[in-house]
Amino acid sequence: MSSDTRLASKKKIPTLAQREARLGWLLVTPAVIIVLVLVVFPVVWNIMLSFQRVLVRDLQTVNFLSLDLSLGNYKRVVGVRDFWETLRTTLAYAFFGTILSIAMGMWAALVVKKAFIGRSAVRGLMLFPYIAPVIAVTFLWRIMLNPQFGIVNEWLDAAGVERIDFLGRRSFELGIFGWTLTLPVALTSVIIFEGWRYFPFAFLFLLARLQAMPAELEEAAMVDGATISQRFRYVTMPQMRGVLSVLFLLRFIWTFNKFDDVYLLTGGSAGTEVITVKIVDWLRGRSDIGSAAALSIILAVVLLVLLAIYFKWFYEEEGDGA
Amino acid sequence: MTRDEFENRFFGILKWVSVVFFVVITVFPLIYMIGLSFKPISELLKDPASFLPTWSDITSLDTYREVLRPVEDGGQGFTTFIKNSFIVAVATMIITTGLAILGAYAIARLRFRGSKVVTGMILLVYLFPAVVLAIPLFVLFSKLSLRDSLFGLIIVYLAQTLPVALYMLRSYFQTVPISLEEAGLIDGLSRGGVIRRITLPLSAPAIASVALYVFMIAWNEFLFALLFVVEQRELWTLSLGVNQLNSTEVPLTLLMAGSVIITVPVIILFFVAERFLTEGLAAGGVKG
Repeated sequence: MSSDTRLASKKKIPTLAQREARLGWLLVTPAVIIVLVLVVFPVVWNIMLSFQRVLVRDLQTVNFLSLDLSLGNYKRVVGVRDFWETLRTTLAYAFFGTILSIAMGMWAALVVKKAFIGRSAVRGLMLFPYIAPVIAVTFLWRIMLNPQFGIVNEWLDAAGVERIDFLGRRSFELGIFGWTLTLPVALTSVIIFEGWRYFPFAFLFLLARLQAMPAELEEAAMVDGATISQRFRYVTMPQMRGVLSVLFLLRFIWTFNKFDDVYLLTGGSAGTEVITVKIVDWLRGRSDIGSAAALSIILAVVLLVLLAIYFKWFYEEEGDGA
Repeated sequence: MTRDEFENRFFGILKWVSVVFFVVITVFPLIYMIGLSFKPISELLKDPASFLPTWSDITSLDTYREVLRPVEDGGQGFTTFIKNSFIVAVATMIITTGLAILGAYAIARLRFRGSKVVTGMILLVYLFPAVVLAIPLFVLFSKLSLRDSLFGLIIVYLAQTLPVALYMLRSYFQTVPISLEEAGLIDGLSRGGVIRRITLPLSAPAIASVALYVFMIAWNEFLFALLFVVEQRELWTLSLGVNQLNSTEVPLTLLMAGSVIITVPVIILFFVAERFLTEGLAAGGVKG
């Protein structure tokens, strides 16, 4: 076919570059349409919805093009008594969940870096928390941590320690030297779950980077008499900075936006309510679409501000280092 | 003992302690889940510390039978949910992978005006919060009567998985040596021929891993299933089925049996294709 068309009249033949461009658009169009219709358009529409009063029950009658816009939804969601607490919880959850998963992933990657018998089996097993369906692992944790019959509490009991309602207790007062420390119990449990579930992701990322490092640098440091911890601190870590910062960024964004984990573990009770759980509560629990939209816009804006701070800080650091 | 000797010994021991630690935190929950799924609830409540089932518990398969039995016969109707999950996950996998192959090839290899914008848009969307999309799609699908249909769910999963798939495949296609493709073009292959006979065969492992990831994302998904099809029991996917088992009226051993049923296909797939998946994950990074 194509060789025949090449013989046709000279003027009408598109150049190779033109044909390539045409094919490029042809191939990419279905994907672009899907992304535009199902992602870009909804996002824009969501902004609109957040300024309108829309309830689930009048979905069929409401005029979505109405320009009767107001800040009512924003006032409503920010005015809720626990709004600021929800925001604080989300930040703590996202930050500490991210740090814990990366720290565990780094530790796992260092352990598995050098070959040993059974390494590939260990590496495969370690991915289980990440690939298993969220619904299965959250319920599994709920049963393991259950205060009546969960295995963790059975062990605590056997060790003579008081049983703890890990996912249902808001806080725990700890007295040290006359100071009282309030530990958030349920939130900490959720963060530990986060570390457990997502460390395999960090692990794979970091392992790939560790294995791509030239061995010469470490060997040279070894010849110079650097110990294991010194080699890690002065040779390995500086090379990991780039991948660690990308990993932090990705995991933070995803944890910040995470809904299922907290919803399924605690339903947002006992001081674990994050913004996404609250959004779904506005949508399904209170059937208030406009307020849910407003809160989701707040979520996106907070995230954007945090990212802006991160990039500013990160690039300045880079500038100093270079 | 010098510091070096001390550290060598210390980290030598720590390494094995760590291996044991990581194996325990990943394998123990799995064993616990499988163990409880066979155990009769009365036995478990009598002694919660012994979670391993006896041989007769395993062979009776009572909990699994009850979970799979249709609702009319007093079961939980999981057979329908398994079927729904398969339909949704397989359809999403086929459509997403197909479209992603075409699109990713275009943005990785072909020069056309706007390709940078398209690439940027896809990357941005890749990082976008699902919850922000959930609300307008909920309204849109209610209006179009696409809510409460598996078709609607497939469309949403398409939007959720396409950016990831495009991103992963694009990075892979870029590693295929361009000289091979040019040789094909010079030898008279059309672009389509180059894609079919050179690029695709060389990328088969990457495509397989992307397809499996898409399957896993769709199979494991919970939020959109909850928002879109929860009102019609016959449309539930396995996620919603397992969620339903979490009630005071259902013994928790059934909940664990349901969890095992939803987890097993993912684990089997994973072990079949572990090598591709590990590499693919490290290369593209999968949203989760």
